[in-house]
Amino acid sequence: MGLEDTMSYHVNERGYFGTFGGAYIPEMLYPNVEELREKYLVIMSDPKFQEEYQQLLRDYVGRPSPLYFAGRLSKKYGANIFLKREDLNHTGAHKINNTVGQILLAERLGKKRIIAETGAGQHGVATATVCALKGIECVVYMGAVDIERQAPNVARMKMMGATVIPATSGSQTLKDATNEALRDWINNPVDTHYIIGSVVGPHPYPDMVARFQAIISEETKWQLKEKTGKENPDYVMACVGGGSNAIGMFYHFLNDEDVKLIAVEAAGKGVDSGESAATTYLGTEGVLHGSRSIVMQTPDGQVIEPYSISAGLDYPGIGPQHAHLHTSKRALYVSVTDDEALNAGLELTRLEGIIPAIESAHAFAYLDKMKFKGDETVVVCLSGRGDKDLANYMNYFGF
Amino acid sequence: MNRINQLFERKKENILSIYFTAGYPGLNSTIDIAEALEKAGADFLEIGIPYSDPLADGPVIQNSSLKSIENGMTLKVLFEQLKDLRKRVSIPVLLMGYVNPILQYGVEKFCASCKEVGIDGLIAPDLPMYEYEELYINCFRGSNLSNVFLITPQTSEERIRKIDELTNGFIYLLSSSSTTGKDVSLSDVTENYFSRIKAMQLKNPTMIGFGISDNKSFSKATEYANGAIVGTAFVKLLGEDNYMERIPEFVSSLKGKQEFA
Ligand SMILES: Cc1ncc(COP(=O)(O)O)c(C=O)c1O
Repeated sequence: MGLEDTMSYHVNERGYFGTFGGAYIPEMLYPNVEELREKYLVIMSDPKFQEEYQQLLRDYVGRPSPLYFAGRLSKKYGANIFLKREDLNHTGAHKINNTVGQILLAERLGKKRIIAETGAGQHGVATATVCALKGIECVVYMGAVDIERQAPNVARMKMMGATVIPATSGSQTLKDATNEALRDWINNPVDTHYIIGSVVGPHPYPDMVARFQAIISEETKWQLKEKTGKENPDYVMACVGGGSNAIGMFYHFLNDEDVKLIAVEAAGKGVDSGESAATTYLGTEGVLHGSRSIVMQTPDGQVIEPYSISAGLDYPGIGPQHAHLHTSKRALYVSVTDDEALNAGLELTRLEGIIPAIESAHAFAYLDKMKFKGDETVVVCLSGRGDKDLANYMNYFGF
Repeated sequence: MNRINQLFERKKENILSIYFTAGYPGLNSTIDIAEALEKAGADFLEIGIPYSDPLADGPVIQNSSLKSIENGMTLKVLFEQLKDLRKRVSIPVLLMGYVNPILQYGVEKFCASCKEVGIDGLIAPDLPMYEYEELYINCFRGSNLSNVFLITPQTSEERIRKIDELTNGFIYLLSSSSTTGKDVSLSDVTENYFSRIKAMQLKNPTMIGFGISDNKSFSKATEYANGAIVGTAFVKLLGEDNYMERIPEFVSSLKGKQEFA
């Protein structure tokens, strides 16, 4: 590989970010993935596609999402903290940026049926939503454990007309739902499109989803400029499950090396507790769900079941672009525990009147571990709202 | 020439291959089962390397894989067991598995271990063709290992030609795009596809797999290819009582009256 490959933070023409990425898929998936690889950039750069996509983002999703200066939070941590309000999007999280893009793409590929995996249910809801919007059949795979802990989202998907199929293998969470969705796609090779919900999966998914989520940092730049006169903050922070809100939040800052990027993973009950989803800390290089990345696994290459209270972060891998940002040290990967995240969620609620998704609360929990030099500017991606997590919060705090 | 090439030289039709997962139902059952299958008349074998996330497999093989991992099977343990393989089994044996455990073991070390214990080939469904071609082909050839690729009804002719170039054992024709263990009826569409492949006159022999479970489907498949592969139906048997005693009957009922050997 040439010098360019190691210096770029973006995908190369072979589908790799540095040494991570690629398409490790059985032949049964090859025709669909290859079709997508050949066409995604062409379709996405078509002015008609862009027009429809931008219009839906504006009128349906409600973009641009506000960049909000969190005054009381800023005071508490001694920095200027801005929140990128993805929680205010239609359906309540950043996930819809991607599903709106992919449904338009699926239409142009002539697909008649949509499948998706979901962890927290936000991606499932966002997928069911765009399928309702377009009148396309929708099947969502969700781990049986997640169906329990994210019940409100299951109800929303059903109301939208989607079929929710429980994944009952493994730890019955996001990884297993992804396996089932891939199996569905193998068995329905002709008219189905798989809307993957994060920057994971075989090439071109990680790059395609990143491009759809890049709107987050694109808006942040001009919004911050409007508010502070500078388009670059000192820090940008986001939580990482597969890593789509984080990539979206980082995307337009990747080549601005003065902006420090911080990705917060879920430590569960502690990184060394055996119940954790802190992939960069616990993982090693391997292949999961079609790409080479960092994976939590045994020395024999068996994937280790992760754990986090947050269904959306309860995943034993990260997208290949994150693996590259981690090994190249462009971004810093850290983790916080369940307890730290839940407390940060309550803190944000009490200081700003915003109940975050438990996923997003992970990013906020790391504020407490940072040392700010007075006047620094920080943008935190508030990837989703906490309505779906109320039962978990109530339970934890005994309200 | 490895054992696979020799087999296809000698025998052109009605070849029966059986898949089973290593370390299932018991950790140490691998070689006993292999030996019994050879005695019962299988022409060659595919031994599955268990993996925690077998995304091309249906429930039966998934469960065998998870049980095998619980039993303590790893690639290291498997190669240890296979040191006795060639004392007891003479038909060709391939390993079949997902790429991650092989990457963790190390591809070069994997090839060397295969050679040492007398393994003849590998079927790794999620190993990309480009990666094999660029990184591993010499290592495979050096160890006299065949690398077998799959094709489905959706695989383009150009890609099939390319696979035919890269392969030196046989080509694995999937009867349909499906996970293992699906009940696929061999419809007109499938027959058209098989005929289309047959008409391509590939240099490699072909074996049809997925959905072959009894004499009827075996006979049908062998009209279009050099042979057929049975997996799920056999792994199901391994989950039942007295499976060792029932292997001869299982194999002969598959082959039916076609067996003149
Ligand atoms: C609100 C929210 N944030 C974050 C995530 C994690 O996904 P990703 O890492 O792809 O952003 C999820 C996933 O369900 C989510 O719902």
